[in-house]
Amino acid sequence: MTAAESYYGRPVLKPPVWKVPDVPLYLYLGGLAGASSTMALLADLTGRDRLAGAGRLAAAVGATASVGALVHDLGRPTRFLNMLRVFKPTSPLSVGSWILAPFSALSGAAAASELTGRLPGAGRAAAAIAGAIAPAMTTYTAVLLADTAVPGWHAVYRELPFVFAGSAVSSAGAVGMLAAPEESAPARRMAIAGSVLELVAARRMHRGAGLVGEVYQQGRASAVLRAARTLTCLGLGAAVLAGRSRTARVASGLCLNAAAAATRYGIFEAGRASARDPRYTVMPQRTS
Amino acid sequence: MSFVARNRLSGPLADPAGDAGYPPDHPERVGFFTDTSVCIGCKACEVACKEWNLLPEDGMDLTGMSYDNTGALGATTWRHVAFVEQESTVDLGMPGMGGDQVRWLMSSDVCKHCTHAACLDVCPTGALIRTEHGTVLVQDDVCNGCGYCVPACPYGVIDIRPDTGGAAKCTMCHDRLGAGLMPACATACPTESIQYGPLDELRERAALRVSELHEQGITDARLYGQDPADGVGGAGAFFLLLDEPEVYGLPPDPVVTTRDLPSMWRHAAGAALTAAAVIAGCFLGRKR
Ligand code: SF4
Ligand code: SF4
Repeated sequence: MTAAESYYGRPVLKPPVWKVPDVPLYLYLGGLAGASSTMALLADLTGRDRLAGAGRLAAAVGATASVGALVHDLGRPTRFLNMLRVFKPTSPLSVGSWILAPFSALSGAAAASELTGRLPGAGRAAAAIAGAIAPAMTTYTAVLLADTAVPGWHAVYRELPFVFAGSAVSSAGAVGMLAAPEESAPARRMAIAGSVLELVAARRMHRGAGLVGEVYQQGRASAVLRAARTLTCLGLGAAVLAGRSRTARVASGLCLNAAAAATRYGIFEAGRASARDPRYTVMPQRTS
Repeated sequence: MSFVARNRLSGPLADPAGDAGYPPDHPERVGFFTDTSVCIGCKACEVACKEWNLLPEDGMDLTGMSYDNTGALGATTWRHVAFVEQESTVDLGMPGMGGDQVRWLMSSDVCKHCTHAACLDVCPTGALIRTEHGTVLVQDDVCNGCGYCVPACPYGVIDIRPDTGGAAKCTMCHDRLGAGLMPACATACPTESIQYGPLDELRERAALRVSELHEQGITDARLYGQDPADGVGGAGAFFLLLDEPEVYGLPPDPVVTTRDLPSMWRHAAGAALTAAAVIAGCFLGRKR
C-alpha cells in the first residue's frame, strides 16, 4: 500500500484505551479462576479434598483479583457496579460482568467457608454453582476482545476462545499441582491437556488470520507470544515428568502460569498493533 | 414489529428509532450529507462545533499534515477537516508546463450515526442510546468510561475525554434539534458542503449531485456511506468523495462488529464446553 492510500499513514481506528497490565491481568486471572473452580468441583465430587480446597482458593483469589484489575482500569469501584445496572445481550462486557459478579461472589463464599470451616454445606453449594458457571469464565473474555473493529482480534474470533480455554485449563492444573501435590494426578493431566489444546488452537489462530496474522509475528507481540509458547512447552514437558520429580512439578506450575499471563498480554498487544496500522483495516476490506 | 426484526444486528433497517422503541409518531430520521466537492477547508464547522458544544481546543500546532491542525476525530474534535495534499505528475500538453501538480481534497468528517452502531451495541451501561431522531448519543451521566465503545467503532470516531474520563463524540447537536435548529456545523458552513435534513431527502439530493458531477466529467465522484445495505446498515452521515475512502482516512467497507456476535458466542460456548470436558476427562482414572 502506498502512502497515498491512507490519510498521511494515520490509523483509521482508535486503538483500545484499556491499560496494561490491568486488562491482560484481568484476562489471565479470570481464566485461571474459572478453570480452578471447575477443578475444585470435580475434585470434591471424586473425594480429593486437598485439591478441592486448593481449587476453591485459587478461584476466589483469581476472581477477586480479576475484579480488582477491572476496577483499577475503570478507576472507581462504583463504575463496575454501574455495569450491572442493565443486562445487554449485545454487549460482551455486560454479559461478562453478569458472569463475573455472581462467580466471584460464590467463589469468595466457597473459599471463606473452606478457610474458616464454617457452614460447610453452604460452602459446598456455592462452590458447586460457581464450578458450573466457571467454564464461561474461561472464554467470555475472548468474545470481549473479538467483538471490536480491532482487526487482529476480530479476525480470530473463532480460534481465540479455544486458546483462552486451553490456557485457562493448563494454568489451573498448574496451580493444583503446586498446591495439592499428593492429589495432583488430575491436575497434572489438566496441565498437559490444557497446554496441548492451547498450542494447537494458537497455531490454527496464527495460520487462519490472513494478512492480519502478521501482527502476531512482528514486534513486541511476537516476542511475548514466542516466550509464552516456550514457557508452555517447558511447562508441558515438566508436567509429563512431574509424576516423579518435585522440582519438575514446581517448574511446570510456574512456567504454565507465566505462559498464561504472557499469552493474554501478547494477544492484547497484537490487537493494539493491528489497530495502529491502517493497512490492517483497509486491505482486508478492499479484498473481501 | 416482530421479535426477529427488532433484534436485527445488521442489514437494512428503515427506522432505527422505531426499532429502538420510540412510538410511531417519533420525528423522522435526520442526517448529514457532506459534499466534499465544494468544501473549501475553512474549518468553520470545526470551530462552530467547538463553540456550540463547549469543547476545549486541541492545541494550536500544525501537525505537518498540510493545513490539518487537529489530525483526526476525537473526544474533543467532533468535526474534523481533512486536508489531503496530493502531488501527481500531469502532462498538460504545453511546453514547459508539465511537472508536479498539487491537488487538495478537503473533507469534513464526523460521527456516522450508523443505522447499526457498534458503539451503541457494545456499551455495557446503556450510556449510548438511539435518539428519537435516529441519531446516536452518549449520556454523559451514565457513561462509566469503560472504553468499550472506542475499539468497537469501525470508523475510529468515539474516544475517551481525558478531562472527564467519559466517552464523547458528535451528538448531531441534539440540543439544537430539539429546539428546531440545524446542527452548528451545517449552519456555519459557507459553501453548503455540510447539508442537514431528513435522511431520505439527503440521499435523493446526493444521488442527483453525483450524476451532475459525472456529467461534468468528474467521474471520480462517488457516494460513501449512503447505502442502507452496507456493513453498518447505511450511515446517518454520508459523504460525496472525489477519491477512495481510505485517502480521507475512512475505512473502505466497514462492518458493524456485532453482526458476528451470535457466531462469536457459539464459538465461545463450544470452547467453554471443551474446557469443561477436558477437565472432567482429567478426573477419570487413577486416584491419587
Ligand atoms: S461512527 Fe462510530 S461512534 Fe459514530 S455511531 Fe457509528 S459506531 Fe458509533
Ligand atoms: S465508555 Fe461509556 S459510552 Fe463507551 S461503552 Fe463504556 S459506558 Fe458505554
